[in-house]
Amino acid sequence: MVWQTIKRWYHMLGSPRYFYTFSSALLPWLTPIALLVFTVGIVWGLAFAPSDYQQGNSYRIIFIHVPASSGALMGYMAMGVAGLVAVVWRMKMAEVMMKAIAPFGAALAAISLATGALWGKPTWGTYWQWDARMTSMLILLFMYVGVIALQNVIRDPRQAARAAGLLAMVGVINVIIVKYSVEWVQTLHQGSTLKLVGESTINPAMKYPLLISMLGTWLLYAVNVLVRARTEVVWRERRSKWVRKLVKGGGQ
Amino acid sequence: MSVFRAALSRELLVLWRSPAEIINPLFFFVMVISLFPLAISPKPELLALVAPGVLWVAALLAVMLSLDGLFRRDQESGVLELLLTAPVMAVVPVSAKLLAHWLLTGLPLVLISPVLAHMLQLPDAVLGTVMLSLLLGTPALTIIGAIGAALTVGLNRGGILLAVLVLPLYIPVLIFGAGAVSAAVDGGAVNGILAILGALLALTVSLGPLAVAAGLKISSGN
Repeated sequence: MVWQTIKRWYHMLGSPRYFYTFSSALLPWLTPIALLVFTVGIVWGLAFAPSDYQQGNSYRIIFIHVPASSGALMGYMAMGVAGLVAVVWRMKMAEVMMKAIAPFGAALAAISLATGALWGKPTWGTYWQWDARMTSMLILLFMYVGVIALQNVIRDPRQAARAAGLLAMVGVINVIIVKYSVEWVQTLHQGSTLKLVGESTINPAMKYPLLISMLGTWLLYAVNVLVRARTEVVWRERRSKWVRKLVKGGGQ
Repeated sequence: MSVFRAALSRELLVLWRSPAEIINPLFFFVMVISLFPLAISPKPELLALVAPGVLWVAALLAVMLSLDGLFRRDQESGVLELLLTAPVMAVVPVSAKLLAHWLLTGLPLVLISPVLAHMLQLPDAVLGTVMLSLLLGTPALTIIGAIGAALTVGLNRGGILLAVLVLPLYIPVLIFGAGAVSAAVDGGAVNGILAILGALLALTVSLGPLAVAAGLKISSGN
């Protein structure tokens, strides 16, 4: 029963036209919610959460750093899944998603590196260290750049998306191997204090604003992907009847 | 299997008749390595310290640059199109091509590496590890790089783009390859690191040719 529903959704959202109307209905709700959640999380974290007994106020950059890192990592994984669907089943919407996911993910990876460097200076006394997590994030950024570069040079959008999809699939395997291969170098980075399963080692007064700003970042990411995907859908389907009607009618 | 053998002997013959493609990567390898003593310092103790990384980075770049034209000639002559539409799985001739390419461009790097390692003042005791790490590592580099070459085959600005796509994928092999040599220099245990390098090779040999074949199909628009 559930499987049937998932299958129906998969096929319905696989249609560019259905996706467009669906996202038209979704975005007016999702955008304000995403902005609200993000603002609440950031303001709570930056202004109201207690300061750390060891790191003082400098730890507050965590409320930007961790959401950005998790978003960048999830984005790449999502891109790998979309790439798999695009290469194997040649689903048009997966190709569109491939292209829509990359830019925001690359930006988040860059933000994660920049905030990490700023946080590292007062805490570790250095902006940069070749430690496991920082190196992995840098390589993740490189791989986003590779996917975007490949998409940009191939003329045919369908071929570009499938080529980038294959690259992203290989990249996902690489991310996992890189993560473990850099870990055998002595690591400086603190371990994760936030666990979904089991006991978190972070103070609850810091945990909730962190979770909320993470959720907010993910929602903003989703909004960005939807907007980019809509633009791409309209461009790709520009010769179809429904897009012509849409443009002429000026409605949604 | 006979398809594989026929494809292998064809690829070996084609490569053998364009010796520049075999010799150039080799000279590139030697030249890049000889830049370092000139640029950093010819002091033996300093050179021995950076030698594992220098050897590995130079080998990695030599393999990558040799791959730029891997499928180009076949594409221009139309052989690639026939190969992809032939009634055999594309993986078979692709694997033969990769093997032939490695035998004539990767293996020479392995064979000449002890000489270069000696010139970089590495102790004689580690020359075996240098060769073994490159023997396990260069085929993996060839296969991973071929994925990038397959995806960029139709584009007439390969070079830099290939590097941007492939270099991040080379990092695990680089870490363990250079790591094994460094460990040997420090007198530590190298078997574990070489085993991981072997595992990476097994992974790329088993899945890589499939990805290369898929990449070629995407690039040729099939």
